[in-house]
Amino acid sequence: MEILVYLIPISLFLGGLGLVAFFWTLRAKQYDDPEGDAHRILSDEWDDNPRP
Amino acid sequence: MCAQIAACPACAVAPSAEELARMSEVTEARIMLSLPTVHCAACISAVERELSRAAGVKSARVNLTLKRVSIEAEADVTAEDMIAALACIGYEAHELDAGTLRATATDKGGRELLMRLAVAGFAMMNVMLLSVAVWAGAEAATRDLFHWISAIIALPAIAFSAQPFFRSAWAVLQVRRLNMDVPISLAILLASAMSLFETIQGGEHAYFDAALSLTFFLLAGRYLDHRTRAIARSAAEELAALEVPRAERIEGEELVTVPIAELAVGDLVRVKPGGRMPVDGEVVEGQSELDRSLLTGETAPVFTGPDCIVSAGEVNLTGPLTVRVLAAGEDTSLHRMADLVAMAESSKNRYTSLADKAAGIYAPGVHLLSFLAFIGWMFATGGDVRISLNVAVAVLIITCPCALGLAVPAVTTAASGRLFRRGMLIKDATALERLAEVDTVVFDKTGTLTQGAPKLENLGEFARRDLEVALALAQASAHPLAVSLASTAKEARVKPANIKSIQEVPGYGITGVWKGETIRLGRASWIGTKASTQTATYLQIGSEKPIEFVFADRLREGASEAVASLKAQGMTLCLISGDGSAAVESLARRLGFDDWVAEALPEDKSARVNMLSDAGAKVLMVGDGLNDTAALAAAHVSISPATALDAARVASDIVLLGNNLSPLGDATGIAKKATMRIKENFGIAAAYNAIAVPIALLGFATPLVAALAMSASSITVSLNALRLR
Repeated sequence: MEILVYLIPISLFLGGLGLVAFFWTLRAKQYDDPEGDAHRILSDEWDDNPRP
Repeated sequence: MCAQIAACPACAVAPSAEELARMSEVTEARIMLSLPTVHCAACISAVERELSRAAGVKSARVNLTLKRVSIEAEADVTAEDMIAALACIGYEAHELDAGTLRATATDKGGRELLMRLAVAGFAMMNVMLLSVAVWAGAEAATRDLFHWISAIIALPAIAFSAQPFFRSAWAVLQVRRLNMDVPISLAILLASAMSLFETIQGGEHAYFDAALSLTFFLLAGRYLDHRTRAIARSAAEELAALEVPRAERIEGEELVTVPIAELAVGDLVRVKPGGRMPVDGEVVEGQSELDRSLLTGETAPVFTGPDCIVSAGEVNLTGPLTVRVLAAGEDTSLHRMADLVAMAESSKNRYTSLADKAAGIYAPGVHLLSFLAFIGWMFATGGDVRISLNVAVAVLIITCPCALGLAVPAVTTAASGRLFRRGMLIKDATALERLAEVDTVVFDKTGTLTQGAPKLENLGEFARRDLEVALALAQASAHPLAVSLASTAKEARVKPANIKSIQEVPGYGITGVWKGETIRLGRASWIGTKASTQTATYLQIGSEKPIEFVFADRLREGASEAVASLKAQGMTLCLISGDGSAAVESLARRLGFDDWVAEALPEDKSARVNMLSDAGAKVLMVGDGLNDTAALAAAHVSISPATALDAARVASDIVLLGNNLSPLGDATGIAKKATMRIKENFGIAAAYNAIAVPIALLGFATPLVAALAMSASSITVSLNALRLR
């Protein structure tokens, strides 16, 4: 059971990483236009003005 | 999981906080247009390509989720140019005022809720994993260790995430009342405290996972609710700003564009042909015709000249007018109409939503039940506080309105998303429920069922020669009757005659010389003939007998489908118009209305709606004009097209973004389904409680049962709501 000493902190760290990643997506405005982004990827035109 | 909820259903209808925040940061010229018809990747590139090509445009970016485009451009580029450019490639566009899209406290609230949701979700998943080990049979030291780790994760997470509930509950308790947040906060707090106590004592049951999942699911419901409300609010603000109010004031020799608010009584204002009267006033100079359809519903243009009185909202058709301001701002007839609206609105606010009704029954019931459980177990165990408290907490957790909290927002989000894709914007949170109850539909005619644009009726009756002459004259004018005449004649492959010295006489008609004879096309009184009852214009060649071109209003696209579909649903239909009885009757008969009223004044319209409501009918009012605003506000629920005047749009609950009326029929269907789903959801939540509460009361509820009941009911409710999409 000593393995728990490593595993629990590791799993918490990984989960925390996911949380931080979510905060980053939120700040990076990735939920502005989910539908538009889903369609834009299908366009074969070169996007001259990608979103900053 | 958190990201999923944030990204998926609600986004279809709501402007995200970041989007709005970003707009406010930009200080340079920015134009926002609403594009109700964009729907695919090809639309995005077509719109962006077309706009970027226009002079002065730095960049254009379409947001497909919100169906709008934001354009960064030089200061001299106007929204009208952009709208015209888009019309060329077949996209309908409406101006939005970027100024009102400020990042407000609301949007900060949305981001804050999302943060709390993410933290609660993260903590819930971790604690749930630890709990699985406990449920699987971890014992003694391992169990205590897991409980302690759970406590370390859960307590700070709850302290951060559940704040909205605590704050709201505290606020209500201070005024000695109850709302949904009181049992929620109590359950979360008691569960945490109880679990901490059990953990310290090395007890068997800890409800950290339940407390966290409760917080998580309720926050999810709160967040969805917030987004629906936020879009309702911002839609109202943005649409109110669709018509940017400016006027051209004459200052000495110059024309200066000023906001209407700056006009004072006695100022002189220039109104160009095609412009809308910004104020009530008196014509000082110029002759023209006025389109009063938005104010009164009359389709035929009315002559105006010096000393004539004009009202705000009328459209100037042919000649430039100089108007002396008699009343500006809040004194105009336009604003007096708003008073009628305000009076009618108060009755609408009395509607109690399904969620409020449910909360009214639920909140006291839960407290009573868990208190009874506590007392009962105190007796049964002979005063064992620990067991009694455990049972009371279990009851509180299990009955807690997880599913109830999600029941309404999940459905409203799904339904308004679906309506938004059909081009309808729900402005009011309870509009869907009210729409579902509708059994009577009252339509306005001009501008709602019809386009408010005339169409030549009797083309076949004329000689080729007359048509050629009429076309040549009509081409020279921007008057709506002339434009319609010209386009119909061209479609019939008529070639314009060769006419010299064409001259428009504003307010009367057009004159010219053809083969040495004077020809005139215009009003009956000007030509010198008797006017007919229908909308018509007259052509006279030399001294021949004048001939009459008769016009009728063109039906709006989808109008007959909408009427037919509503009729098929068993609704009572009624047409009320300010227009003359001949025009109203022919349209009513053509579309199959049972009942119609012509020449109705604005007061008559709202009185009629009130009369129907008093007789027990739930009235849906569909209208666009200023004369409809009072009726729109008085009706149980109201819809107006985006082309309506802002006063009408503000007064209505639902705005139709596209030009097509046919979504109306679907809308009532969707609303009915949505209300049914909400009721089903309440049923599901109640059923779960009916099973789980006895278990909890008898003391068999373990954290596992609580977690299962809570997750299962929340997920069922959400899935049931998603069936609407």
